Amino acid sequence: METLLTVRELRKTYRRGGGVFSQESDGARFTAVDGVSFEVARGETFAVVGESGCGKTTLARMLLRLIEPDSGEVQFEGRDLLALRGNALRAERRQMQMVFQDPYASLNPRMRVGEIVAEPLAIHESGLPSAARLERTSAILRRVGLGEDAMPRYPHEFSGGQRQRIGIARALILQPKLIVADEPVSALDVSVGAQVLLLLQELQREFALTYVFISHSLPVVAQVATRIAVMRAGQFVEVGLAEQVLHRPNNNYTRELLSAVPELPAA
Amino acid sequence: MSVLLEVRGLTVELPTPAGWARPVNEVSLRIAAGESLGLVGESGSGKTMLSLALMGLLPPGARVSGEASLATKAATKKLTELTEREWRDVRGAEIAMVFQEPMTSLNPVMRIGAQIEEAIRAHQPKLPASEGKRGAIDALRRAAVPEPEVRAEQFPHQLSGGLRQRAMIAMALAAGPRLLIADEPTTALDVTVQKQILDLLDGLRRELQLGLLFITHDLGVVAQVAERVAVMYAGRIIEEGPTQEVLARPRHPYTQGLLKASPTLKRGALTPIPGTVPQLTALPPGCAFEPRCELRRAECSAAVPAFRLIGSDHAARCILV
Repeated sequence: METLLTVRELRKTYRRGGGVFSQESDGARFTAVDGVSFEVARGETFAVVGESGCGKTTLARMLLRLIEPDSGEVQFEGRDLLALRGNALRAERRQMQMVFQDPYASLNPRMRVGEIVAEPLAIHESGLPSAARLERTSAILRRVGLGEDAMPRYPHEFSGGQRQRIGIARALILQPKLIVADEPVSALDVSVGAQVLLLLQELQREFALTYVFISHSLPVVAQVATRIAVMRAGQFVEVGLAEQVLHRPNNNYTRELLSAVPELPAA
Repeated sequence: MSVLLEVRGLTVELPTPAGWARPVNEVSLRIAAGESLGLVGESGSGKTMLSLALMGLLPPGARVSGEASLATKAATKKLTELTEREWRDVRGAEIAMVFQEPMTSLNPVMRIGAQIEEAIRAHQPKLPASEGKRGAIDALRRAAVPEPEVRAEQFPHQLSGGLRQRAMIAMALAAGPRLLIADEPTTALDVTVQKQILDLLDGLRRELQLGLLFITHDLGVVAQVAERVAVMYAGRIIEEGPTQEVLARPRHPYTQGLLKASPTLKRGALTPIPGTVPQLTALPPGCAFEPRCELRRAECSAAVPAFRLIGSDHAARCILV
């Protein structure tokens, strides 16, 4: 399998406390991501699962350089992302897009849905004629299950599941190769969350997408992951094929997480 | 077992710009001492509004009809007819509530122990200072908070999410209520912490013979904590019965759909329910689930289906039962 993304010894520390009212002045540092390395193959879904505070969101954001790592390497199709600046970085970024957890917080409430979804085009393909921009926007909205009648409306007019579809449309309009999805279904109801998970799987097949899928939920990850990395205190404690991690875990913490999942009685 | 809470035909209506909405629509349920009832529903199902009605905490302007009676230590009281003055003797002392997000329900500038003491003192104003303090520490110990003397002196932000939820449970139980309503108490917590909180609530229910109304959207959680389950959709209970039975052999198409849409550690069986939950101001005339139901027939939209019994204690509101 061809490697799309290579991550080596990625590290990020933050100053502990350190607010205006902090009494700590010793500069103690807190390690959010502690030397994480992995590769993601083209077309796979690489899931990172862990509890709150384990560093999974910091890791996700560093992959797109939304957070600058302290050290380490991120290579996208063999190009060193951390060495890029300006236009070169922008060119890479259009290949990698993010889907966020909270569909209420991640859409600008003052922008119409058509503008939100078309905004990446305005940035990355600013020469595109407006008719073509409109065509691309309505096509991607239709593809995620929203009509083009969504375009003149505002985010608050949509349910949580529909907003997440808007977020997915925005992420896909540039036809990226990599999607980093940070808890894309955890704010949604069960029946709607299942719709979004299936949509993400369909889109992956259709557009040959590669996913890095961040979640706290092993049952959710079990539905989509090719491989699973279990993260704790900034490090991967286990990485393996989904089947193996879920059913033949090697690590005690993985076992602990699995045994804490409330299971449904067998039908 | 003695019945603690008996709700009959409870309806809550709220004014909205689009007319009256009925988040709680002719709901009937009962909970005995020491029994746990799981109330399952997605957002907009009315499960939280039902719990607020039972706590006398509905927003102003709400219209309530039907009955809810609670067997208190003294007498049986009709919750729907209490005045605000009478509620003060019931809330905390007879019926208490734990919310989803402990950080927003605790006072951030008050020590944990003092907050619990306040809950005790609301019902025993003349309690000596030393006993109030001891009562707070005992309440923390009962909720299995390690080092209760230390924690009582701390502020909410110094506690982890799991400990905060334990402190909330301690506070809810401090004045000795017999019925506890827990509204998504573990939704904001990690799974390993969730398991500890569920075990704690289960232990307290047995030890104190608490009646427990456990509200959640998570069928797996219900399977852990509730002996009986009621499934709510668009304001109505649409299926009720013993948890193991309902989850293993669901009879309402919505319950079946919810189970098939719930991710488990097994892969690939996920089937979403098409469409979305209906607006409460624009409910269909018949079964509220009819527009999303794959088994619908012409008569489904004629009238709201009655509860039909399946065996002795399992019932569903569906004409196919």
